[in-house]
Amino acid sequence: MSEVKTSQDWKYLLEVKDLHTTFSTDKGGEVHAVNGVSFALEPGKILGIVGESGSGKSVTAYSIMDILSENGGITGGQILYKGQDITKWDEKQMQSFRGKCCSIIFQDPMTSLNPVFTIGNQLMEAIMLHTDRNKAQAKARAIEMLELVGINEPEKRIKQYPYELSGGMRQRVMIAMALACEPDILIADEPTTALDVTIQAQILELMQDLQKKLGMAIIIVTHDLGVIASMCDEIIVMYGGRVCERGTADDIFYAPAHEYTKGLLRSIPSGSNMKERLIPIGGTPINMLDLPAGCAFCPRCDSAMKICLRELPPELQVGEHHMASCWLNVKNAKEGK
Amino acid sequence: MANSEYLLQVEHLKEYFPVRAGLAKTIHLKAVDDVSFAIRPGETLGLVGESGCGKTTVGRTLLQLYKPTAGRITFDGKVIYDSGEQYDENGQLKVDANGKPVMGKKVHVDMLPYRKEMQMVFQDPYSSLNPRMTVEDIIGEPLDVHKLCSNKKERHERVMELMELVGLNAEHAMRYPHEFSGGQRQRIGIARALAVNPKFIVCDEPVSALDVSIQAQVVNMFEDLQEKLGVAYLFIAHDLLVVHHISDRIAVMYLGKMMELADSDELNDNPIHPYTQSLLSAVPVPDPRTARASKRIVLEGDVPSPLHMPSGCPFRTRCRYATEQCAKAMPPFTDRGNGHYVACWNK
Repeated sequence: MSEVKTSQDWKYLLEVKDLHTTFSTDKGGEVHAVNGVSFALEPGKILGIVGESGSGKSVTAYSIMDILSENGGITGGQILYKGQDITKWDEKQMQSFRGKCCSIIFQDPMTSLNPVFTIGNQLMEAIMLHTDRNKAQAKARAIEMLELVGINEPEKRIKQYPYELSGGMRQRVMIAMALACEPDILIADEPTTALDVTIQAQILELMQDLQKKLGMAIIIVTHDLGVIASMCDEIIVMYGGRVCERGTADDIFYAPAHEYTKGLLRSIPSGSNMKERLIPIGGTPINMLDLPAGCAFCPRCDSAMKICLRELPPELQVGEHHMASCWLNVKNAKEGK
Repeated sequence: MANSEYLLQVEHLKEYFPVRAGLAKTIHLKAVDDVSFAIRPGETLGLVGESGCGKTTVGRTLLQLYKPTAGRITFDGKVIYDSGEQYDENGQLKVDANGKPVMGKKVHVDMLPYRKEMQMVFQDPYSSLNPRMTVEDIIGEPLDVHKLCSNKKERHERVMELMELVGLNAEHAMRYPHEFSGGQRQRIGIARALAVNPKFIVCDEPVSALDVSIQAQVVNMFEDLQEKLGVAYLFIAHDLLVVHHISDRIAVMYLGKMMELADSDELNDNPIHPYTQSLLSAVPVPDPRTARASKRIVLEGDVPSPLHMPSGCPFRTRCRYATEQCAKAMPPFTDRGNGHYVACWNK
């Protein structure tokens, strides 16, 4: 097992710089699923990536793990893990990166576990692949991990098959598997979308507990603003493969600076607007095969200006840790508002 | 018994599905077990609960897409289904001296004329529209079935009118479902349900499959249509914030049984049943300050299998307040004032 080398001086655990990911289609066209996404993750923080389907949030996560489908690939930018650009790593290095440095759990715990192997078998496989533990030690570690994620009678459970467990239990097993090799980063791709609210609450609580106990950083990818609000330190809002806005949870929810974020927050029912009509975002989500030249959101934006159609908005600092890419901010800044 | 205040009355509705549990053994899955509620004309009743609690089955049994196992359904003053069992004022089954239930008249009407009054909108806008039919034919089909249009021109005009009503471009009538986005398809499904001018629509998770920014468009449309046409909804969903927004009253189900029913604000501000309390506290609110301040009541464990239901109150295995009495009998569904119904021994 080749040891992952990292340079000594790094500020961020993970830094994504101007990431571009492209998929080729059957008809010869190209889908630019991710267009210049940048963000940085500090150790022990919870980062949320929020967006609608097709916004490129999952592809960003898959790009970090290098688990894109065959017709897709990273076409530009850097992903720095502890200062090292992992996009230049070979398959063997990436294999040790996955699991040991960074793990991922998926939306659907029904399909991400192998139905023909027992839970214990699948857990031990991951542990033995990434550490020097022998079979007995791996089994002990598997039981320990199942206990950690709150599964009762772990000795009995490791002999069971995925179909014998409920959805919430399976997601716990997935988390146990992801954390078995003590990664620095856990990526959770829609971890609770397939689960009921009461089970969702259990899983979110568990992730927060484990984060405190083990101190890893978490990236949560979701469309659910409620999950983001209750879990994240920092939030990235994505639309059309680009980052619209990033900032702390309070920045995004109480001082949104991008028209898309504002629209999104107006369109969901929350405690305060129960008696009022919801204000929907007009139009339909963007067609990724046909991206506009300017801001991706401008066809649906009520405040769109001429420049929005032609040019990409620059990322402008609107608060201490708060960045937004919207021409309105540029205009307001010029007018001295 | 029929109360003219209500458009639809459901009393002691049961829906059991037989499940083979061995060569000669059949057990029953009690998907809906003794559920009663009523809907006023032009009202929205929200129905919430976790997956597998029987909320979709309630909707489908109402429309008799499934034949009910027992109970009585009254629509617009007419009994459309009655299995004959009699109940006294306290909701107890009337039995004769031998312990057999006293049977009244059985009713099972032909549903076709009632389909004109009661319609349904399905969850998945991708699988509930026939991919080989044009939008005009999809929306026009109920008009044909109920012979509501005398000629083609009339039918075409009615379809155009319906498409405009739900915010679809009437020029797209000759297109096929795959040419539309999820939100637009849901509008097609709604136009189809509205084609026959129903008084009541069962909306089974109509916004769950849609993107966040599209959900608001569809929720608004449901509210506008209700105002315009006075149609009543049974709005089934698992997203409690959406249900709270759209509903006048909300009913909470757990494992086939009704746990609580109240005005939607009352239910959200003052939930009485422990299950409702934990369900509401589990909803992640899109507001970081509220989320940081509030403590979730996290329920232990999973929903028990509906094939092996706990005795008495089905929620007792996960309930903080469970006592011996909860294991003995199902608590009655009683009015705690102002139409706030709760089924709990301890609260």
